[in-house]
Amino acid sequence: MYKITRKNMLTPTICLMDVEVPRLAAAALPGQFLIVRARPEGERIPLTICDYDRSKGTVTIVTQIVGASSRMICALEEGECFTDVVGPLGRPSDFVEIPDAELRGRRYLFVAGGLGTAPVYPQAKYLHERGAKVDVIVGAKTADLLILRKEMAAVCDNLYICTDDGSEGHHGLVTEKIKLLLEAGETYDQTVAIGPMIMMKFVMLTLKDSGIPLVVSLNTIMVDGTGMCGGCRITVGGKVRFACVEGPEFDGYAVDFDEALRRQTLYRPQEQEADHKCKIGRN
Amino acid sequence: MAEKIGRVPVREQDPKVRAHNFEEVCYGYNEEEALLESSRCLNCRNPRCVQHCPVGIHIPEFIAQVKAGAFAEAAAVIARDSSLPAVCGRVCPQETQCEGSCILGVKGEPVAIGKLERFVADWSRENGGVPMEKAPANGIKVAVVGSGPSGLACASDLAKLGYDVTIFEVLHKAGGVLQYGIPEFRLPKLRVVEPEIDSVRALGVKIETNVVVGRTVTIDDLFDREGFKAVFVGSGAGLPRFMGIPGESLNGVFSANEFLTRSNLMRAFDPSSDTPIFVGKRVAVVGGGNVAMDAARTALRLGSEVTIVYRRTEKELPARAEEVHHAREEGIEFRMLTNPVEVLGDEKGWVRALRCIQMELGEPDASGRRSPVPVAGSEFEIPVDEVIMALGTSPNPLIAGTTKGLETERHGCIVADEDGATSRPGVFAGGDAVTGAATVILAMGAGRRAAAAIDAYLQS
Repeated sequence: MYKITRKNMLTPTICLMDVEVPRLAAAALPGQFLIVRARPEGERIPLTICDYDRSKGTVTIVTQIVGASSRMICALEEGECFTDVVGPLGRPSDFVEIPDAELRGRRYLFVAGGLGTAPVYPQAKYLHERGAKVDVIVGAKTADLLILRKEMAAVCDNLYICTDDGSEGHHGLVTEKIKLLLEAGETYDQTVAIGPMIMMKFVMLTLKDSGIPLVVSLNTIMVDGTGMCGGCRITVGGKVRFACVEGPEFDGYAVDFDEALRRQTLYRPQEQEADHKCKIGRN
Repeated sequence: MAEKIGRVPVREQDPKVRAHNFEEVCYGYNEEEALLESSRCLNCRNPRCVQHCPVGIHIPEFIAQVKAGAFAEAAAVIARDSSLPAVCGRVCPQETQCEGSCILGVKGEPVAIGKLERFVADWSRENGGVPMEKAPANGIKVAVVGSGPSGLACASDLAKLGYDVTIFEVLHKAGGVLQYGIPEFRLPKLRVVEPEIDSVRALGVKIETNVVVGRTVTIDDLFDREGFKAVFVGSGAGLPRFMGIPGESLNGVFSANEFLTRSNLMRAFDPSSDTPIFVGKRVAVVGGGNVAMDAARTALRLGSEVTIVYRRTEKELPARAEEVHHAREEGIEFRMLTNPVEVLGDEKGWVRALRCIQMELGEPDASGRRSPVPVAGSEFEIPVDEVIMALGTSPNPLIAGTTKGLETERHGCIVADEDGATSRPGVFAGGDAVTGAATVILAMGAGRRAAAAIDAYLQS
């Protein structure tokens, strides 16, 4: 069993958990994800790995309540167990292959949308620890939905907050902040965007003419996460790729975002029905 | 007089009823039927059935025990060579193996060896199982990657020889294709698969689920950090193939692997499961193998109207005759000599039809099968809102890609000799990971041979 050793509600709908999975914690690298099942009848839910502590044998995951299954995950309490946790899955970020000496002084710009802050954190931390210059733009609907602010600030050089309602930081979208930074003459060797598919699409459109490489991390529908089902298939550079084993990170300029956005809606009717039933059962 | 009795028919669920449920199709023999059928075996001095069984079960010997009413003894005979008799009695292609070589089949019908094996296995399970004999523990650790048929067979044999065996399974349930691939109505999970896997555990085999060998641990880690002295790779052929035609990424196109995994492993057919499954009004299943039949019959049971689209003729269907027969009985429509050329979508990107071309059989190809060629100008549309691609699978490259010195051939299959030895000393492999998609029993045979080879390797 996979025991939850810490649980914090970061916002009323987003929870952070440390879970005991020693083998996984020992092997995890930035960019990878895992799959959990909250109960024996539960579906397999892919979540990004937010952090890992090899000595304690724990991994940190962050879940936002968006439907029945994520509601069930967030209902688990400290001391309780997940039925299953498997990983790390997917390929680590490309930069883990780069020697530390080369990373030193390289400039990275991360763009995190909402829950995407969680997977950006271990990447920023990894690069920051190795002497890279890291700027992070975090976007959220409103200040109350911002997560991991303190943690992120500790692992980057500049943290830029954007909120849709102006309750904190820049009043507006992350794409506007990107434009402002570039117009102010900031230069980057690499950009990375992780967040809702639609945000990543617009980050791509914003950066398209900048000449700066862009990596995106795709949160697709999947079952096993090991290449067996093909549910996660997306088109990258005209070729069909499996996000679970060939990704989740891809060249942002090559991804067919419109197809990826459409494929995400596949089970929406079933999900809405399940969530509806679930709420009736609980309240 | 024995040959005068015809093969005892087996009772099955009414096709009209079973088309709407996931209960097992075949009821199997009862004691009386098993006794009668077993009396047909001639107990040949030189039994061809044994030679044609990939795991070499002593078939006339177990049937003689059935004939004598000694069912527990019959189960013990089978257990010497197979750890999964209730599975094999259900899913083996007996018609091309043991039964296909039965001498009674020359003039009449062969002994129903598969149905007798199933009877013995089911009887044994319901009556306490077979007490297993095993050698004293030798403390030598062997790792098995994958808990499918080849891994389970390999692990059982090694455990019986006294080895300390751990199976690493990537999914959350042990069984591999028995869990994710073969549907409940052919192979019940709780009643048949899980007790059979428990009997492997009872030999002392440990099964660690949720371990991705190649990611969570590598084969090198198993040797260097965890003290394993040999590794058997039975990781199967799990990667689905697609056709590469336009429209395959539309909403409503699935690999048979995804569709079946949702229904079988995740039990999406059961309302208490949280996993969703897509139920189209009209479904086209592309392909003609057992997996195509399984996907079609699953879709039918979920409430879809189903057509199987296959580019050759009925004669060339690679699926077992029994599966094709069952599918037809249940009301699946077959369109032979038909090949998809494009999946067509509506304005929102959901499937609305499958565009196909009529085929005709041309000259025989290298395999001797007449290869289908398209008939010019014969394109037409089948209106469907779901397409399931059942075109075969390839081995997962994860293990080969993360294990130094492990050779693969161009299809991604691990290169191994008859005994499972790979290019890397101490690493053995077998089953679909080596051969590409094949059968449960061939994988078990490979697992058994590798177990013997691992024993020889570790004792030398």
